[in-house]
Amino acid sequence: MTTLLEIRNLSKHFDLRLGAFGERGARVHALDDFSVDIAEGETLSIVGESGCGKSTTGFAILNLHHPSGGSVLYKGTDLAQLDEDAMRPFRRDLQIVFQDPYSTLNPRMTIGEALSEPILFHKLASKADLPARLAQLLQDVGLSARFASRYPHELSGGQRQRVAIARALACQPRFIVCDEAISALDVSVQAQILNLLLDLQDKYGLTYLFIAHDLAVVRHISDRVGVMYLGRLAELAPAANLFATPLHPYTRALLSAVPEANPRAPRNRQMLQGEVPSPLAPPPGCRFHTRCPLARGLCRSQTPAFREITPGHLTACHAVTSPTATNWETPA
Amino acid sequence: MTALLEIKGLTIDIARDEGPARVVDGITLSLEQGESLGIVGESGCGKSLTMLSLVGLLPNRIRATGGTAIFGGRDLLAMSQRELRAVRGSEIGFIFQDPMTSLNPVMRIGDQIAEALIYQKSMAKPAALARAEELLATVGIPSPKERMTAFPHELSGGMRQRVMIAMGLAGEPKLLIADEPTTALDVTIQAQIVDLVRDLKSRSDMSVVWITHDLALIAGLADRIAVLYAGTVVEDAPVQALFDHPTHPYTRGLLASLPTLSDEPMSRLASIAGTPPEPGRRPPGCPFAPRCSLVEPACTAAVPQLTPVPGSDPRHRVACPVTTRGAS
Repeated sequence: MTTLLEIRNLSKHFDLRLGAFGERGARVHALDDFSVDIAEGETLSIVGESGCGKSTTGFAILNLHHPSGGSVLYKGTDLAQLDEDAMRPFRRDLQIVFQDPYSTLNPRMTIGEALSEPILFHKLASKADLPARLAQLLQDVGLSARFASRYPHELSGGQRQRVAIARALACQPRFIVCDEAISALDVSVQAQILNLLLDLQDKYGLTYLFIAHDLAVVRHISDRVGVMYLGRLAELAPAANLFATPLHPYTRALLSAVPEANPRAPRNRQMLQGEVPSPLAPPPGCRFHTRCPLARGLCRSQTPAFREITPGHLTACHAVTSPTATNWETPA
Repeated sequence: MTALLEIKGLTIDIARDEGPARVVDGITLSLEQGESLGIVGESGCGKSLTMLSLVGLLPNRIRATGGTAIFGGRDLLAMSQRELRAVRGSEIGFIFQDPMTSLNPVMRIGDQIAEALIYQKSMAKPAALARAEELLATVGIPSPKERMTAFPHELSGGMRQRVMIAMGLAGEPKLLIADEPTTALDVTIQAQIVDLVRDLKSRSDMSVVWITHDLALIAGLADRIAVLYAGTVVEDAPVQALFDHPTHPYTRGLLASLPTLSDEPMSRLASIAGTPPEPGRRPPGCPFAPRCSLVEPACTAAVPQLTPVPGSDPRHRVACPVTTRGAS
């Protein structure tokens, strides 16, 4: 497989001014040292809880938030170095679908107008060919051509999300970031949109970065899954491996917190105590050590390296040395 | 066990310029003392409105137009707002989805909880404050004494939801209605909140109604589940019977479209084609008929009534003439 995007040590920090007169500076460590190769045609999912930096990752890769450090290599160009003008030709290839299509679609534009904008901007079709192209796009996302003359408020949530996907497809992209693209939908509609994303990937050879918090959904759509905690990647593995043999203590806790649709399911949860610390002052060492059942002295002082434990399965944990053993068996 | 709450033939209408539109169409439900009932359905199925109508909290322009809701021998739907005020909080407690919009942002949380106690239980302020601190400890808030003086914005989402639960419990209600209390929370925090409510419930004889869209979550929480679709109960069953023999085509569709951790990676999910009917555009007969693969002429002729499912638990009832055939 060829590599589509080569991401190295990508970081994003936000500087804040706190206090009534902005006299105190503070830095939010939203994303630190994110490195991964995204292969052409794969779906890489990023999961984690609110504030773990998963959306920032998508924004930083697309240079929608200008990265604070690191590189994003695409077709031999480092996107992280580009300004808005230089970025524009690449925007066609790299698209994004957001969680809430109601706030991203212009309420005064018909669906047809909204879909035409990117096509005309990137000169992908002549005015004469436009109606046929719109019909094709709508058909691709399972809507009839009649929808071109409707307004966003006339559509249901699922239909609006289909339009948002059609708009991303309008530029014939190679890579789409799906930022919680199905999180707001009801379960029966969510399944429709997931299937649509899989069909479109087959048809157009798309590469997805799928950002989500629902692990069961992620299992369905992903080739590989990255788990983030407080701005750092904690684990990265082929989907089957991650769910069968989760290595990082955080991944294990996250998986055991997912409710199962079975009233007889045993409830031996590895309950995580406490809550995620503030990204304004992330804990030193391993950022998970304040809630980790395995934490020891080393974890409190030294950031664990992101190491490969089995082929393709990486994790950042001092304690994990193999899929079956940890450095220390009993909690400190 | 005796019925604590008995809802019969509840209808709720939205007043619109074009005329009223029915959103809840003849819901009949009962709840026993100490029981945990899950009300499951997708957006707009009327699950929240049904419960809000019981305590007179329906939004403007939405009114309960028919039916009865007998709670402790009295019909809640026939009560005045003044009478309902005595019921809210002290007999029926509520927890809502979004604590940030339910808590007063400029009032310290200790005072907010104490206010409920002073009002509902006629407690003196010092006693109410002491009880509020106990309640914060009960719902697992670390260092409750210090937290008494915190404002809602100083707390995390999970902590705010714990404060909401403390307020819901303050009046020691017989019935606690939890309306999607964990939907806005992360999964690890959701697990903490679910365990908390389950634990609180096990220590009292309180009944709990969980309103949720999440079938997986409710599987481990409820004794009984009612599945709502477009303002009607389509299936009502003990939790085990529902998951062992899901019978209504909508329930089956919901379960099939639920992604689980044991699915094959990259496999297609079953989905239900189409979307639920909009209020005011209800199809004749069974509301699910336009999306149903088993539809027959009988389905559109009359609204199906809940009937027992042959071969399942005797309390398992389904409103579908096709899948319950052979019952008589």
